[in-house]
Amino acid sequence: MNLRTIDPISRSRNHTPVSPRDSAAPFPPTRLSILERIRSGVPEVRREAYGALAQGYWKPIYKYLRIKWKADVAEAEDLTQAFLATAYEKAFFERFEPEKARFRTFLRTCLDRFVMNERKAAGRLKRGGGLKFVALEFEDAEGELRQIQVEDPIDVETFFRQEMIRDLFARTLRQVRDDFDDRGKSAQFQLFERYDLEPSTELTYADLAEEFGLTVTQVTNHLAAVRRAFRDGALRNLQEISGTETEYRADAREIFGIEVR
Amino acid sequence: MTYLPDPTLRRLREVANWPDFSGTRYTVTEEIARGGMGTVYRATDGVLDREVAIKVSNTQSGHKELDDRMRTEARVLARLEHPGIVPIHDAGRTPDGRAYYVMKRVQGRTLVEYLQTTDDLNELLGIFERICEPVAFAHDRGCVHRDLKPENIMVGAFGEVLVMDWGVAKLLDEPHPEPVDDGGGGLETDGTRPGTVMGTRGYMPPEQARGQIDAIDQRADVYALGAILFTMLTGSSAPPAAADVSDLLGRRRGIPKRLRAICARAMAPDAEDRYPGAGRLAADIVRFRAGEPVDAYPETLLDRAARLATVYRTAILLVLAYLIMRVVVALLAG
Repeated sequence: MNLRTIDPISRSRNHTPVSPRDSAAPFPPTRLSILERIRSGVPEVRREAYGALAQGYWKPIYKYLRIKWKADVAEAEDLTQAFLATAYEKAFFERFEPEKARFRTFLRTCLDRFVMNERKAAGRLKRGGGLKFVALEFEDAEGELRQIQVEDPIDVETFFRQEMIRDLFARTLRQVRDDFDDRGKSAQFQLFERYDLEPSTELTYADLAEEFGLTVTQVTNHLAAVRRAFRDGALRNLQEISGTETEYRADAREIFGIEVR
Repeated sequence: MTYLPDPTLRRLREVANWPDFSGTRYTVTEEIARGGMGTVYRATDGVLDREVAIKVSNTQSGHKELDDRMRTEARVLARLEHPGIVPIHDAGRTPDGRAYYVMKRVQGRTLVEYLQTTDDLNELLGIFERICEPVAFAHDRGCVHRDLKPENIMVGAFGEVLVMDWGVAKLLDEPHPEPVDDGGGGLETDGTRPGTVMGTRGYMPPEQARGQIDAIDQRADVYALGAILFTMLTGSSAPPAAADVSDLLGRRRGIPKRLRAICARAMAPDAEDRYPGAGRLAADIVRFRAGEPVDAYPETLLDRAARLATVYRTAILLVLAYLIMRVVVALLAG
């Protein structure tokens, strides 16, 4: 899969850059959890936290509305925007209780209630007065949706989680690619694309070395560097959208099989 | 951007945890097995040009408990040079700070898979003896495995047996960290403190199930070996710790009383009633196979006669045939 051909739009810089120092960092720095930031009482911090959540969840929310609620494209777009704005205005996520459920389960419950109420009111009200956390590329999400095979009956929890991971990885790949480009190391990312994003059982490090005019050792080192950057970036992004540190550690274990502190 | 199909997601999840061996002699090629503490990879040793297996901790650097546990496992393996225990070649840290050790790459089937291929009692007992041998060797060197189960036994193409996964082994002569959470394998829960549980249900003795870490010694492994023997004899999973093993085995046809007694003694709920170590258990199995009296079963005269009749069946039959022939000849002559 060539990210450039599939993703001509994604040169935007609305993400945390992955610097060489960051990518070599042993693990993401400890920081306030999303719940602590939402409840911080500092408007800027709270808004930034909601922005991170919107960034991390808007696509799974949109796809969920299309699949589970069978919303048409226009309704799903409106509901996605309205939900995120209303959640911010009415402080939905401040009510999250980590001991009762995971954050993404809580978010989905809020979303279900929101959609029920909206449909009962028989109208879709755009809320938020132009409040916008992130650019929502709905066409992009719709394009992805066409490629997803949805099981029938749908397991909503699994579906939502899988889409959350898909988006998390896609965002991380963009960040890593941009970062390697910026550092003049595009070839390293291209190696990673060839070997890890287009897995072929026949392709060996020796083949890659020949194709890219490198030694096998260089191929090994370059792949390791990009994988490390991807892992650290994905963990950082995961931490950004996890309800609590406990939830972050559990997700890191489930998704990557990694113990983080 | 970018739609990432499910196979690519799976691949990314895998490579996100791929160990970084850049600048070292090892090139990792494939994930072989994943446990809670570490993942085993197939790799090539570029210096010696041979395949090896590398176990790498499932952590980023800085997770002291997991790192300590990995080091302990490496030390245990280094201490136990035995044909039934996979040899360790090297240990260290990856460039991204994760603990690892390198061992011989073992090819074969797990005992679980092997049991699907045979039910020949003598063959099974031969394998069981070879399972006991490395465990007895470890016991002699003050080491308790603590997670023996069919999944941790490998049987090679020529019947060679290797006891694997010493990740929660306990060195009796030194304090060491207890294992941490095993998300994907055998451990029941976090075992960092007394009172917590580690091991695999069915194969751990009552004292281990109760989290009495200080009470765990060689006899815990004896219990697990008894449970493995139970599985080998019956094809069933090991019973709960409170079960009457002798009674359960008695309901099966073709399991001799003395063998039932050996299994029941190994799985005695009270550690005091078990064999003191794997060597004594193995010795009883050897005696059973040789038709000799076993420690676990006090014989009556009738039992002894029956056993001897079995052992000397051929000789007895020959004598009987001779006597019958003499009688027939005498009758014909008379």
